[in-house]
Amino acid sequence: MSITIDKNKCIGCGKCHEVCPGTLIKFDSDKKAFIKYPKDCWGCTSCIKECPVYAIRFYLGADIGGMGSFLHTEKKGDILRWIIEKPDGSISEIRINTKESNQY
Amino acid sequence: MKTEKIKTDVLIIGGGTAGCYAALTLAEQTEEIHVLICEKANIKRSGCLAAGVNALNAYITKSHVPQDYADYALKDADGIAREDLLVTMSERLNAVTAKLENLGFVILKDENGNYVSRGWRNLKINGENIKPILADAVSALSNTTILNRVNIIDFAVQDNHIIGAYGIGIENDTFYVIEANAVIIATGGAAGSYKPNNPGFSRHKMWYPPFNTGAGYAMGIRAGAEMTTFEMRFIALRCKDTISPTGTLAQGVGAKQINSFGEVYEQKYGLTTSERVYGTVNENLEGRGPCYLRTEGITPEQDESLKKAYLNMSPSQTLKWLESGKNPSEQNVEIEGTEPYIIGGHTASGYWIDTHRATTIQGLFAAGDVAGGCPQKYVTGALAEGEIAAESAGKFIQNHASEPIPTEEIASHQKEVLKFLTQKAGQFTTEQLEEAMQTIMDSYAGGIKTNYRFNSKQLAIADAKIQQLMQLSDTLHADDFQELMYIYELRERLTVCRSVIAHLNARHETRWHSFAENLDYPEKDDINWKKYVNSRLENGEIKIILRDVIYGGAPYEHHN
Ligand SMILES: Cc1cc2nc3c(=O)[nH]c(=O)nc-3n(C[C@H](O)[C@H](O)[C@H](O)COP(=O)(O)OP(=O)(O)OC[C@H]3O[C@@H](n4cnc5c(N)ncnc54)[C@H](O)[C@@H]3O)c2cc1C
Ligand code: SF4
Ligand code: SF4
Repeated sequence: MSITIDKNKCIGCGKCHEVCPGTLIKFDSDKKAFIKYPKDCWGCTSCIKECPVYAIRFYLGADIGGMGSFLHTEKKGDILRWIIEKPDGSISEIRINTKESNQY
Repeated sequence: MKTEKIKTDVLIIGGGTAGCYAALTLAEQTEEIHVLICEKANIKRSGCLAAGVNALNAYITKSHVPQDYADYALKDADGIAREDLLVTMSERLNAVTAKLENLGFVILKDENGNYVSRGWRNLKINGENIKPILADAVSALSNTTILNRVNIIDFAVQDNHIIGAYGIGIENDTFYVIEANAVIIATGGAAGSYKPNNPGFSRHKMWYPPFNTGAGYAMGIRAGAEMTTFEMRFIALRCKDTISPTGTLAQGVGAKQINSFGEVYEQKYGLTTSERVYGTVNENLEGRGPCYLRTEGITPEQDESLKKAYLNMSPSQTLKWLESGKNPSEQNVEIEGTEPYIIGGHTASGYWIDTHRATTIQGLFAAGDVAGGCPQKYVTGALAEGEIAAESAGKFIQNHASEPIPTEEIASHQKEVLKFLTQKAGQFTTEQLEEAMQTIMDSYAGGIKTNYRFNSKQLAIADAKIQQLMQLSDTLHADDFQELMYIYELRERLTVCRSVIAHLNARHETRWHSFAENLDYPEKDDINWKKYVNSRLENGEIKIILRDVIYGGAPYEHHN
């Protein structure tokens, strides 16, 4: 369980770093974010929800059954889009209206 | 290293659920009190609520009364809880819920505007953004200062009065000395003392936040506060691998616990929280594992709702379903017990407090998972306790001002911090000692390895080894303030481990399967053990104090 940050997308805004409950995200000399302690990630996705350019994605470690897919979110108004990319390139999406409650 | 000295009326340690609500309560009482929150992360997404929550698990629905909730929690704890705490918490559950809704939190309502419940004590919500909502409200308070990324490492206590605390600014290389007239401790519970389910790359994919390391317990233990019920560990029944909550499956779609033969086994063992774990362990031991929650056959609509519900609190489970290409309707969800956690919000471990949430240290109040005696608190219970603790702290400071912290005390804490930053690295790293601690607890103090079981001989070994690690931790070196925090976290966990071991050893019965499965005393003993196991550190030794259980809900005050 951890995240990866795409350096090419990162604009160095610092928002992911601001929210991480484990203080795991740092900046390299180019002011690009990176996860310094990947094994210490809780998988809370807080950083992902903050990133304005969708540079952060999370994945399941192979030790807990991960098979190479990535998950990230994009927010539009009240809609939080959860986007899943599979290793074969296919993409699926689940949309959640943040103003609506869970059914369960 | 810079040193910064701050003075405040009320210091709140931990800006999580209870801590944020305590700040809101204090500001409502009077704007004249200055409040300082020290939070090791950032209050926007810290602690248990960072990823979101699934339901409000503690609410008094129509045709029920607060006493019903207290009775339920008492029963789940098999009688070892404080009724006064449970009742005073339960009385406030609905008011804090209403306030949360006022702040913008989404709670499901029917066409008549009534909340929709899940069972008789749960409300359906969208809990993804619960923490940002609380944090925004706290950030808007004019009397409250928030110091994010400041990790508190110790209390300043004199003659059993709290006078402040020490902290380290993990990103600004600052040593903080905070003087306060009252302190609310709200650092949550303790994860990471035992070897986790997946100790490799995904070692932090645990249920309880790995960043809640038991700092509040450890500081209280060191300061000589009376603590309670550490032996009642919390072991959660969770979805295998992702360690995601199972309540959504059990209560949401009515999924039953089944073994690999498809037999529903939960009735065989009972339905309390500990019995559900115990049943699963036992089915595995007797060759009928793995165990599952039976989701096969649910509808495609239910599949979709479940995937959304999990995204709102534990997204890895939804990713797991999508990666495997199999929906819960097509494949039962495998379950397992987690490693033991120490959490006063689910079980009853933590500070021994009076009805007003005052600890046995004057001026120190406790709320949320760090406070003992009051299980099944959940989010709303933590909010309610934050409110009670804040009211008590507000009253306390009306006629109390603390003495300044003596300079020699400050110097000795500074010296310790500098020692870790400057001494040459010893043979071991903090990570290695953490792993050693987890292995010891796993093997000798009832971890996953022994199916949560232990005897007194094993506990004696655990205690000796944990004390050795504590000594070794003196030799650790930190390159920066973050590593310094890791050293303090390790030492906190070791302190908590010692108390847990002492408590496990002290209760000569098995009242809660799995949570405290004592092989020397495998039976429940209601005649001798309707007692709270409490403890206090005296001259470096843990002194066990047994107290009779009190029912009836009459207010409890501290006396010796
Ligand atoms: C994953 C998960 C899901 C849950 N789901 C639900 C649910 O659906 N419904 C429900 O009702 N309940 C749920 N709960 C339970 C509920 O969230 C908790 O019981 C409650 O939030 C605990 O509140 P707290 O204030 O005690 O702890 P927290 O909210 O965790 O606050 C503790 C704070 O202290 C900070 N801190 C710790 N140590 C230090 C230190 N040394 N210095 C400074 N700051 C420090 C932490 O960073 C954190 O912000 C869930 C819990 C978890 C872990
Ligand atoms: S997922 Fe959570 S714990 Fe992991 S890096 Fe992002 S914010 Fe930090
Ligand atoms: S939030 Fe995104 S853009 Fe901003 S620093 Fe982090 S990775 Fe870079």
